Amino acid sequence: MNQVGLKRRIDDGLCLLLMAVGFLLPIGAGIGWLDMPGVLIPALIAFGCAVWLAFGRTMSLGVSLVGAASGVLVPSAAMSSGAVLGAQAAGLWLFVAGLSIIVWRALENLSELKRSGAFMNLLVPTLFGLWLLYLWEVLVIGFDVPKVLLPAPSQIGEILASRTDILWVDFQQTFLKAVLGGFVIGCGSGFVVALVIDRVPFLARGLLPLGSAVSAIPIVGIAPIMVMWFGFDWQSKAAVIVVMTFFPMMVNTLAGLNSPDEMQKDLLHSYGASDRQSFMNLRLPSALPFIFNALKINSTLALIGAIVAEFFGTPTKGMGFRISTEMARMNVDTVWATIAVAAVAGSVFYGMLALLERRLTFWHPSYR
Amino acid sequence: MTTRVAPSGTLGQRIYAGRAFPVSVILTLVLIAWYAGAVYLNAPQVIEKFERAKIDWTVGQLIDASWSMGRPVLPSPHQVAIELYKTTVLKNVTSKRSLIFHAYVTGSSTLLGFAMGIVLGIFLAVGIVHVQTLEKSLLPWIIASQTVPILAIAPMVIIILGNMGYTGLLPKAIISMYLCFFPVVIGMVKGLRSPDPLQLDLMRTYSATPAQVFWKLRLASSVPFLFTSLKVAVAISLVGAIVGELPTGAQAGIGARLLSGSYYGQTVQIWSALVVASVLGMVLVYAVGLTERIVASRMGQRP
Repeated sequence: MNQVGLKRRIDDGLCLLLMAVGFLLPIGAGIGWLDMPGVLIPALIAFGCAVWLAFGRTMSLGVSLVGAASGVLVPSAAMSSGAVLGAQAAGLWLFVAGLSIIVWRALENLSELKRSGAFMNLLVPTLFGLWLLYLWEVLVIGFDVPKVLLPAPSQIGEILASRTDILWVDFQQTFLKAVLGGFVIGCGSGFVVALVIDRVPFLARGLLPLGSAVSAIPIVGIAPIMVMWFGFDWQSKAAVIVVMTFFPMMVNTLAGLNSPDEMQKDLLHSYGASDRQSFMNLRLPSALPFIFNALKINSTLALIGAIVAEFFGTPTKGMGFRISTEMARMNVDTVWATIAVAAVAGSVFYGMLALLERRLTFWHPSYR
Repeated sequence: MTTRVAPSGTLGQRIYAGRAFPVSVILTLVLIAWYAGAVYLNAPQVIEKFERAKIDWTVGQLIDASWSMGRPVLPSPHQVAIELYKTTVLKNVTSKRSLIFHAYVTGSSTLLGFAMGIVLGIFLAVGIVHVQTLEKSLLPWIIASQTVPILAIAPMVIIILGNMGYTGLLPKAIISMYLCFFPVVIGMVKGLRSPDPLQLDLMRTYSATPAQVFWKLRLASSVPFLFTSLKVAVAISLVGAIVGELPTGAQAGIGARLLSGSYYGQTVQIWSALVVASVLGMVLVYAVGLTERIVASRMGQRP
């Protein structure tokens, strides 16, 4: 506890120091804080909150939130004046550095709240993410970073809004056709083969070592071959995904089916359970966590496989195609918008699998 | 080594129950299927060629021709083997046509990225385990970072870094790093938390400082978790390096061989590059496993 207290003291002191020095420095070429009251007022409120945090003992959460909220207004107010800021606005950047300590404190206070529900668990990371996006936006615009290097989040957002039709076509091509198709076929066949192998121990002994050796192989490399065999359309991408997802699914399912321990098997044996009954009631349920593990691994593999396979040849649509062509045209914001779509699609896919897992394997120790 | 119960029974039963026999049977089946597949996939082109040349062909000729085409749809295993022999043993190692040279290029960026990923991953994991706010705010973003298909950004990262004057090894290594820090973080967080409460209590009764608990207890108990993650990490690090070579205009590396093979329809070249990539992957994973065993025995784990 003492160490935490000490760390906070240092943080508070640093925050006050950064902001105080910041107030002495200009916030633009020849512009001081006093020239822009619209910038000064929220900055002073944030500074007041920082003073309170350093010396006051109560209401730390509320004050830090107020400080963070008003501090966030400062850079946007300074930029709305249209001045190119850059290194001349040293005062502003010092202020932002101090502000990040206040924001950090607000997040700390939030994560220490005793109420921990699904909402709170989402709130802190969401706020942290928004803060990162905000910093990204402010720094990119403030330092006038060339768009080719890194576009601001707002520019990416504009593309997301204005080129929705193209992004949707790409999404359909890559995700709905190639990824989902390949994923279902690959995982399905991996599962079925595992069930067959499970019946034939000879095959299991032969295939399992191979399955684990395959995990060391960079399978995306087969993409050019699949493009040659199955053509440029989504079928070749689905084929790559089938190969990529097959082995993780097979190996995991087999491991899962063999995971019940002797005691459990003996119990079912003493109940006089048939093979079928012990499969349905013991072995399949205890394989479920393993199967979901494979499904989750495969969901990320599948998206990557599809996009990489598109680098080797596509019709004129698809996320991988979009990324490589727009990159060549230096339309970096469109590239980032495509990546954002891919990231969201991947996360939702993963999240849905995780939810389903929670539903089906509620009995597993990790959820109790 | 775990004590293995010696298999009993006749020699035949023991061979059947072992591992080597089933694996070799499966591999033989794969090989047969490969040859059959080569005939099946290449036959249409071969037949077309025969008919254009107005040759009366027999099945034997058909099979023979389909196993020795210049640009087959599926090259036969011996074609790949010959190509491998030509491009590894017969070529000078420094030659641009030597697969060993390309494997070295890919391998070195894999290893650099792997090393950077280990450092970053361990660093983040230590932070997450020791700072509560980091755990709540950072961990979800680390997970979210992996939903960004980095391999999809790979061309962009390479081109941007290239514009900034970084070329060669580093851009590819950065992609490998981004891919392989994730398993390291997850494994290390799990590992650093793995000491059981009794051991932590013991450290407290010794009035150990957090640093001492870290160096003497947490780090030691995280080693098995670390190595499990490292095996996964090194494999995807290789994938990262290969994909990182795609956009650089196919200069050097296994990825470049794949890309130029696919441009010019040189299937034999693609397949031999794939074989080399697989061998490289297995060697890397095996090396990590070997290191794991050495570390474990140094740490006093009884074999």
